[in-house]
Amino acid sequence: MYKILNKQNLNQYITLLEVYAPFIAKKAKPGQFIIFRVDEKGERVPLTIADFDREKGSITIIFQVVGRSTELLANLDVGDYILDFVGPLGIPTHLDGVKKVAVVGGGVGCAIAYPQAKALFNSGASVDVIAGFRNKDIVILEEEFNAVSSRLFICTDDGSYKEKGLVTDVLKRLIDEGNDYDLVIAIGPIPMMKYVSLTTKPYGIKTIVSLNPIMIDGTGMCGGCRVKVDQETKFACVDGPDFDGHVVDFDELMMRNSTYKKQEMLDKKHNCRLVGGIQNA
Amino acid sequence: MPNISLKKVKMPELVSTTRNTNYEEVSLGYSPEMAMEEALRCLNCKHKPCVSGCPVGVNIPEFIQQVASGDFLDAYDTITGTNALPAVCGRVCPQESQCEEVCVRAIKGESVGIGRLERFVADYKMNTDQDYEIKNKSKNGHKVAIVGSGPSGLSCAGDLARLGYDVTIFEAFHTPGGVLVYGIPEFRLPKQIVADEIERLKELGVEIKTNMVIGRVLSIDELIEMGYESIYVGTGAGLPRFMGIEGEELVGVYSANEYLTRINLMKAYIEYYDTPIRKSKSVAVIGGGNVAMDAARSAKRLGAEHVFIIYRRNREQMPARLEEIHHAEEEGITFKVLNNPVKILGDENGQVRALECIKMELGEVDASGRPRPRAIEESNFEIEVDTVIVSIGSSPNPLIKSTTDGLETNNRGCLIVDEKMATTKEGVYAGGDAVTGAATVINAMGAGKVAAKAIDEYIMSTIVNKKAI
Ligand SMILES: Cc1cc2nc3c(=O)[nH]c(=O)nc-3n(C[C@H](O)[C@H](O)[C@H](O)COP(=O)(O)OP(=O)(O)OC[C@H]3O[C@@H](n4cnc5c(N)ncnc54)[C@H](O)[C@@H]3O)c2cc1C
Ligand SMILES: Cc1cc2nc3c(=O)[nH]c(=O)nc-3n(C[C@H](O)[C@H](O)[C@H](O)COP(=O)(O)OP(=O)(O)OC[C@H]3O[C@@H](n4cnc5c(N)ncnc54)[C@H](O)[C@@H]3O)c2cc1C
Ligand code: SF4
Ligand code: FES
Repeated sequence: MYKILNKQNLNQYITLLEVYAPFIAKKAKPGQFIIFRVDEKGERVPLTIADFDREKGSITIIFQVVGRSTELLANLDVGDYILDFVGPLGIPTHLDGVKKVAVVGGGVGCAIAYPQAKALFNSGASVDVIAGFRNKDIVILEEEFNAVSSRLFICTDDGSYKEKGLVTDVLKRLIDEGNDYDLVIAIGPIPMMKYVSLTTKPYGIKTIVSLNPIMIDGTGMCGGCRVKVDQETKFACVDGPDFDGHVVDFDELMMRNSTYKKQEMLDKKHNCRLVGGIQNA
Repeated sequence: MPNISLKKVKMPELVSTTRNTNYEEVSLGYSPEMAMEEALRCLNCKHKPCVSGCPVGVNIPEFIQQVASGDFLDAYDTITGTNALPAVCGRVCPQESQCEEVCVRAIKGESVGIGRLERFVADYKMNTDQDYEIKNKSKNGHKVAIVGSGPSGLSCAGDLARLGYDVTIFEAFHTPGGVLVYGIPEFRLPKQIVADEIERLKELGVEIKTNMVIGRVLSIDELIEMGYESIYVGTGAGLPRFMGIEGEELVGVYSANEYLTRINLMKAYIEYYDTPIRKSKSVAVIGGGNVAMDAARSAKRLGAEHVFIIYRRNREQMPARLEEIHHAEEEGITFKVLNNPVKILGDENGQVRALECIKMELGEVDASGRPRPRAIEESNFEIEVDTVIVSIGSSPNPLIKSTTDGLETNNRGCLIVDEKMATTKEGVYAGGDAVTGAATVINAMGAGKVAAKAIDEYIMSTIVNKKAI
């Protein structure tokens, strides 16, 4: 049983929980994730480790309510317990030797990008963060990113906050202005990661994306999280979740993630307005 | 007076037409009278061929004589002297190719129903004797870690705990039991039986830590640093194989591992559980082993109207247990043998629409000793299905190997061990499917036992002696 130490509603849809899990906190690195199960009847659902505190023995997760399990999780309060919490899973992001990086986050994907920005910033790299949101009301982690970036660019689809436009517009402008990034990290809805990868490709800038297929065990046993990368089948839970964005088959990932979409809406009578998870954030 | 009937006493079963809609156990088990009658068919052979057919060497004629005379609890002690999981083995061992294959009664007529008797004895013990007597040996102060809680890890843990070791099992999933809980369905092996066996281990003092993916949460080397003097790796064969044909990425294509895990471990068949699973009308299961039978019978129970088994050789060569093939047939699964899938076809939304197969014929005998199937040109045809379950086997999971220095595997990804189950890394032992690739419950248990003995020798000689110097 894993106790909830802290809870914050970052906006209407996005919740932050700090969970006591000393074993995981001891090991966690940027880019890794956990799998949780709220209760006996729950699904196993993956969430990225947004932050960790080794001394306190805690793990922070930031997630968007998209379906039943994330809804149950968001309804828990400080002092409540989560039944299962497994991790850290996945391969940590390779950040060694990176000098100048652009970290691009979309919606709740910003939470996943945060630990990477933080680690890079703390290692002395120059870190430009580009964070995109649909509108002003759902902007998250502004202060946190400010603290771990050289420059922070926030943009909104409707222009209700900071710059109007898409993250790819900002990224392209920065590159064209002569910022020679040696790495771009893009995390967010699948279409966003796809278009960031398409943006950087002509410039030959290495681009890492964090994939979010449907997972069960997280150990490479079920094959459910298979994704096509450079024409090869990979299991995101053990071979990833980070991959080279220039060779990921994003369209296939989008198709496979829709597996239960219709059924879950019908079966469980979700009253969820955000179907599609982080890709719609 | 032996019972001279050529046939086994019939096993009572649920009616096939209603059972394929629920998850209750299909075989109901013998009554004491049936068990005694069947036991009287045993000739108590002096040369005991059945014993040599049993991978863990259960003293079969002795326990059967005890059943014949009604000493069921003694029979239980006889079996558990060598086999820690009789209720499981009585249900899932492929007896027809082990003990029962070489039984003298099988020369003329059917063999003695050894598996059925083993199951009866185990169930009788469980039903009549709730307080198992725990012969707790005093602890010897040595710590051993077991990675994986499948039959292999469980049997190794049991033997070491009985020798006085402090044993901790680390399991990746939230529930222990390995394939016994996430793979084999309830209707064949009720999960309560596995839970009871695990409860007995806990009473022996074995500690089980779930949600512990070794290789990520803790490495093998960290376990050693934590004071575990030896480690047994029983992580199974949990890496699904795919065929590499077109369309495997379509929505509605499952590995058998994923399909069965959703159903068995995550209870997708129970309304109030949150796990989603496809509501299929027509399902093709590719493969001919136990796993394929389990997936097919599960699909039927989830409400599929048509379920096909697609297998490229013929029926006699199917690796599944005979009983499972019969049960699948009775439950209305359609067998399409001598067919090989070549392509999965999808609709405009990327959902499975059909499976394209090619007909096969049998040629000369190949390295496996079976006639090699070969495709009959231009015999392609389509089966309309909305779900495809790939069940063509699995290999050992590379996670531990890839995160542990000095642990060697062969070209099939199987951990390399010597005859004592010692790996290439000092103090680390391994067995079960992680070493052999997908095999059987009883073989995995046998390996766990061999390793327990070797680990005891290792700790007593190497470590204890070193400390003495
Ligand atoms: C490695 C990894 C890290 C992740 N990190 C985060 C994170 O930090 N924060 C966060 O908010 N989300 C994250 N996700 C996505 C999150 O796991 C899904 O949104 C989750 O499955 C929702 O569970 P649910 O039961 O609430 O919804 P469900 O009832 O499972 O699903 C609701 C809808 O979302 C779709 N869906 C199912 N699984 C996924 C998925 N993996 N990704 C996108 N859509 C999905 C379904 O098709 C369904 O229509 C991560 C996913 C992965 C694989
Ligand atoms: C559907 C199905 C039906 C079968 N039917 C039969 C049958 O009828 N008769 C028969 O004899 N055999 C059958 N088998 C085969 C039999 O179940 C296996 O041979 C046997 O379970 C192998 O035992 P094991 O202990 O080696 O591994 P497993 O049972 O696979 O257990 C391995 C355990 O290790 C855990 N693990 C893996 N990696 C890690 C890690 N890194 N850290 C921590 N834990 C880890 C896994 O979660 C799992 O619990 C069947 C198999 C399947 C899949
Ligand atoms: S071979 Fe058959 S008849 Fe002979 S002892 Fe074994 S079970 Fe009995
Ligand atoms: S989640 Fe099962 S293989 Fe990745």
